[in-house]
Amino acid sequence: MIVLLAIVGGVTAGLVLQPTVPLDLQPYLPIAVVAALDALFGGVRAWLEQIFNDKVFVVSFIGNVLVASLIVYLGDKLGVGGELSTGIVVVLGIRIFSNAAAIRRHLFRA
Amino acid sequence: MSADPQQPRPGDAWRRIAGALWSRPGRAQVAVAALCGLLAFALVTQAHSNAGTGGLTSARSDDLLTILADLSGRADRLRSQVGALQDTESRLQGGSAGTSAALAEARARAQTLAILTGTVAARGPGVVLTVTDPRGSVRADELVDAIEELRDAGAEAMQLSGVRVVASTAVVDAPGGGVRVDGTLVRAPYRLVVIGDPKTLASALAIPGGVVDTISGLPGAGAIVTTSPSVTVSALRALTAPRYARPAPTNSP
Repeated sequence: MIVLLAIVGGVTAGLVLQPTVPLDLQPYLPIAVVAALDALFGGVRAWLEQIFNDKVFVVSFIGNVLVASLIVYLGDKLGVGGELSTGIVVVLGIRIFSNAAAIRRHLFRA
Repeated sequence: MSADPQQPRPGDAWRRIAGALWSRPGRAQVAVAALCGLLAFALVTQAHSNAGTGGLTSARSDDLLTILADLSGRADRLRSQVGALQDTESRLQGGSAGTSAALAEARARAQTLAILTGTVAARGPGVVLTVTDPRGSVRADELVDAIEELRDAGAEAMQLSGVRVVASTAVVDAPGGGVRVDGTLVRAPYRLVVIGDPKTLASALAIPGGVVDTISGLPGAGAIVTTSPSVTVSALRALTAPRYARPAPTNSP
């Protein structure tokens, strides 16, 4: 329940405040969001498999975000930032899909 | 991703979800909730910043360089198009100004030529020379003399008893009295309507030994000159296109 409330609160805050993303963060925010989504889906799956651990979730969430941002940063430094961003999005997208498939199996047995 | 053996039935999962929704939040839930809220906030922020600026602010620098090169290439192309169109515009404007000037000049020349060749009626100050000849003693000679005299005096348009007199007009004696003017039989009294300076024309006709004197000296003939501020030469003459003569280049001798 408190999770849902927090999501609603975050969306509302984003809509109401409409903050401008700092210029230095602009290449990293979308990748970070995708990485966090991946961690979230992984957490839900783990919870459904009854192996959820809040410490693991927090660490994987933050770690995912940091690693994704680090890769993008490195890519920018190497001059392949755009390609690496695309690659990260593809990999994370695949993971999100597989996690979503596992969640679906747990919830619907299908 | 095979189904976990720890999960026997799907009903279990739903029941756990319902239970979790109404359970008291512990430390773990608070941490997860904080992260989820942060994620939602970041997602909305990113979506919003992307929508607001057409994605340009979040594009990376090499993409921006590509976009910039594209745009400057397009701007160059459009600029050259603008230049070409402006050239065309100025050419067309100059052309239309020149065309209307040329058209006005051509109209004026056409009117002048039409008066000279007798294809239009003319009106202006001039004189009327009436030659009475009840006895038929006036010949074509005297009429040609009169016409030549009037031309010398600056006559611009003439008609002799309803026949337009132009450069190629011939006046010949007709058998049985009268004259043929360009083939048209004309009988006395002859009426010569002339447009030009009335005083000059009248004095040219009236000089001693001139046209009026000569005609008056013929038996039974008489000549009367009437000046008028406005006479009308209404007789017309069909224009014949030259069969052989063609316009020559103006700079050739």
